[in-house]
Amino acid sequence: MTAINDKDLHSLVDGELDPAHAARVEAYLASDPAAAERVAAYRRQNDALHALFDPALEEPLPPGLLTKPESRWPLLRHAAVIAWLAVGGVAGWSMRGAVEMTAPQPVTLARQAAVAHAVYVPEVRHPVEVGADQEQHLVAWLSKRLDAEVKAPSLAESGYGLVGGRLLPAADGPAAQFMYQDGKGRRLTLYVRRGAEGNQETAFRFAQESGVGVFYWVEGPLGYALSGDLEKSELLRIANIVFHQLNP
Amino acid sequence: MADFAAQVAQHVPRLRRYALALTGDRYRADDLVQDTLERGWSKFHLWRAGSDLRAWLFTIMHNTFVNQLRQGSLRDSGVPLDEQGLEVPVRAAQEDALEIRDLEAALARLPAEYREVVLLVGLENLRYEETAQVLGIPVGTVMSRLSRGREQLRRLMAGGASPSPKLVK
Repeated sequence: MTAINDKDLHSLVDGELDPAHAARVEAYLASDPAAAERVAAYRRQNDALHALFDPALEEPLPPGLLTKPESRWPLLRHAAVIAWLAVGGVAGWSMRGAVEMTAPQPVTLARQAAVAHAVYVPEVRHPVEVGADQEQHLVAWLSKRLDAEVKAPSLAESGYGLVGGRLLPAADGPAAQFMYQDGKGRRLTLYVRRGAEGNQETAFRFAQESGVGVFYWVEGPLGYALSGDLEKSELLRIANIVFHQLNP
Repeated sequence: MADFAAQVAQHVPRLRRYALALTGDRYRADDLVQDTLERGWSKFHLWRAGSDLRAWLFTIMHNTFVNQLRQGSLRDSGVPLDEQGLEVPVRAAQEDALEIRDLEAALARLPAEYREVVLLVGLENLRYEETAQVLGIPVGTVMSRLSRGREQLRRLMAGGASPSPKLVK
């Protein structure tokens, strides 16, 4: 019989031995109480590790942790930064008068909404500034800051619950963002700001900004943009619901 | 990609369990899982379909964890027992009571490289070969870290009275 060593003891505990080898180590333990005690202690350690940490397997996942990669956009966060830089670059360039004939690319409602969407949707721990549990306060606060009546439409019938909202800087003043999430962790955002492009039409327009679909429209003093990584038809359907809730 | 996402999702609860045991903190654990998943999404083209996705994800988590330690966003409070001398908080050796809270505290005192091995083998039931692959170290190193880690845990929990591991027979 070959000598039993430290590795054998661990291998026995971890089921790494073939049956014959395991039997040999077991037989040896009968003659060496100290080694037997170590094996027992290692097994208790493993049991205790499971007792301590297995409950984590059953815990609900934090919202957003498991969102499909298509809607997580880890890369888009960089794209969003680049978009901001590009906007700034174009504006700076035109101010030097070097491209007098070309108006600077306006920071469109759709683009701003898409950037805000891309920045905040992947957030796991801080997706919103004020949660849906304080919806009244949220709406009152954002209405005050935008100096217009802002509402957070209910999208429960489409399976999306309000997560909350936040105040954001737009090109020339404040903007608001409401975030919604469905049971699968997919998120939509509704972006609202004042004085959008002087466009008084209420028709829906669609834009695809860096992979984010955006339906946007203007109603009175406010511009609205609904952003999400959904089928265009589905996004349009929800945009209609939002529109009708805001204009009953 | 959707298929890949669905497969990854199956492993997330275990990644969370491991991250929690590794960091000892729920928020850090979820940060670690989130960083791991983001790296996973960005590297999924490097994953060969059919290969062991679980081992691949644990490898990414290990690398992420090491980076976080290096950047100081995670602090490793563990010290090899030899360097702690006999300053180990000695409590009366309690017969066979292996108290779970004690294990959590003892685990936090293990150096990270021991903790990883003890957890991958003892909690996640990875084979020694898989553990070596995940951590990018030889199997012999897995064995020596496992041995030291488990013995250190045993001594911390028993009050530091046991002799160091020796070759038996």
